[in-house]
Amino acid sequence: MAAALAAYQAGVKDILLIERDQYLGGILNQCIHPGFGLHHFKTDLTGPEYADRFIKQVAAAQEIEVSLRSFVVRLTADRELTYLKPGGMVTLQPRALIMATGCRERTREMIHIAGTRPAGIFPAGLAQKMVNIEGWLPGKEIVVIGSGDIGLIMARRFTLEGARVKAVVEIQKESRGLVRNVVQCLEDFQIPLYLNHRVALIHGRDRVEKVTVENNETKETFELTCDTVLVSVGLIPENELIEQAGSPDPAKPNLPGLFVCGNSLKVYDLVDNVTRDSQKAGEAAAEYLKNA
Amino acid sequence: MLRKMTCIECPKGCQLEINEEGGRVISLTGNQCEKGLAYGRQEIESPMRILTTTVLTEGLDLKLVPVRTDKPIPKARLLEAMALISGARLTHPVAVGEVVIKDLLCLGVDLIATRSVQ
Ligand SMILES: Cc1cc2nc3c(=O)[nH]c(=O)nc-3n(C[C@H](O)[C@H](O)[C@H](O)COP(=O)(O)OP(=O)(O)OC[C@H]3O[C@@H](n4cnc5c(N)ncnc54)[C@H](O)[C@@H]3O)c2cc1C
Ligand code: SF4
Repeated sequence: MAAALAAYQAGVKDILLIERDQYLGGILNQCIHPGFGLHHFKTDLTGPEYADRFIKQVAAAQEIEVSLRSFVVRLTADRELTYLKPGGMVTLQPRALIMATGCRERTREMIHIAGTRPAGIFPAGLAQKMVNIEGWLPGKEIVVIGSGDIGLIMARRFTLEGARVKAVVEIQKESRGLVRNVVQCLEDFQIPLYLNHRVALIHGRDRVEKVTVENNETKETFELTCDTVLVSVGLIPENELIEQAGSPDPAKPNLPGLFVCGNSLKVYDLVDNVTRDSQKAGEAAAEYLKNA
Repeated sequence: MLRKMTCIECPKGCQLEINEEGGRVISLTGNQCEKGLAYGRQEIESPMRILTTTVLTEGLDLKLVPVRTDKPIPKARLLEAMALISGARLTHPVAVGEVVIKDLLCLGVDLIATRSVQ
């Protein structure tokens, strides 16, 4: 939305915004906690409030057409893209294209935890979507792997919803999250944070039953019973389409008229910086169109 | 009683050591500035938090509407507030900022929508 608005303000008047979901805003819709917008709007907003401010601006810019439930499935080197939407498939070739497809979560498979493959292991962001959008609590006794902000925020969220968070286990010596989140998400609810520890084993036949936690230095272990493990071990840019178009590095797409911004370019901590850089992408696209 | 906490007023994150009795600060060390003193005192005497959560809807186009308190509430009452909110149902459309539950737990704080729902 920020890129589209910046291109619009720079004089581009024929803009199409394509979104696969039923609403605009992306990941912000599930981030119902505060901490957004301190730089850009100089006030502390929740994710949906931050998105709402942009949704209103996009709605007011009449030349920006929005196409929801529209899933881009193909992109070629000369910017021909194909998307599916209810009732059909559309192919078009814009003169400039801005990719802002966000990121994906790293999964358990990518961090090598030994043990069985029971149900009850979720990427933390997916669990966030289940709880905050779908209203479904995926477990009652939780262990969180990874102490980045997403892991910390989900520990609090599950606690508020009545689940018991047994521990947050962090392999590094320090939490990767903000001190504020360590205090208000863990200390407030007396949730233990095991730094310099790792989850060595996940046990359970059909459903998770317990995990074995190991101290990295002493190699001492202990067990925690739980029915759910949340894995919060980082994000990776989503840019399959850019690769499909023949450019392996999204930071240097090397395709004329193609611009990349937001988490699909690199993973950001702060949405304010996503906005700032996406505005630049929008302006760059407008500039490209003037010269093309 | 000796309490330890991390000051969150700036990224330095000083480790505060507070000697407290019955919710009153007797002495505070570890802070590097005045803000740390005020923070430690507030946290001991009446810690406050903004609560963000969701409210179930009925007959609207989203299953849940995200909400927050419009002012911080006492930390000790977060779970009580959650119990009340989990029983609530929103049955009419709201815009961002509109009140979903008025005067939550008689605290003089409203629960407001953070997303519009039709
Ligand atoms: C759990 C969590 C907590 C966070 N907390 C904070 C915080 O407290 N403060 C803060 O400032 N920042 C926070 N952030 C970071 C910030 O919110 C995000 O970095 C930012 O919102 C990302 O925006 P984006 O537009 O790049 O990606 P996204 O929001 O992921 O948007 C990408 C959009 O592209 C769509 N899309 C993807 N592929 C396709 C396709 N093929 N066809 C059509 N549409 C497609 C997706 O549906 C999505 O809507 C948090 C992030 C997460 C995940
Ligand atoms: S005491 Fe002062 S310097 Fe230390 S973290 Fe708090 S605000 Fe920062």
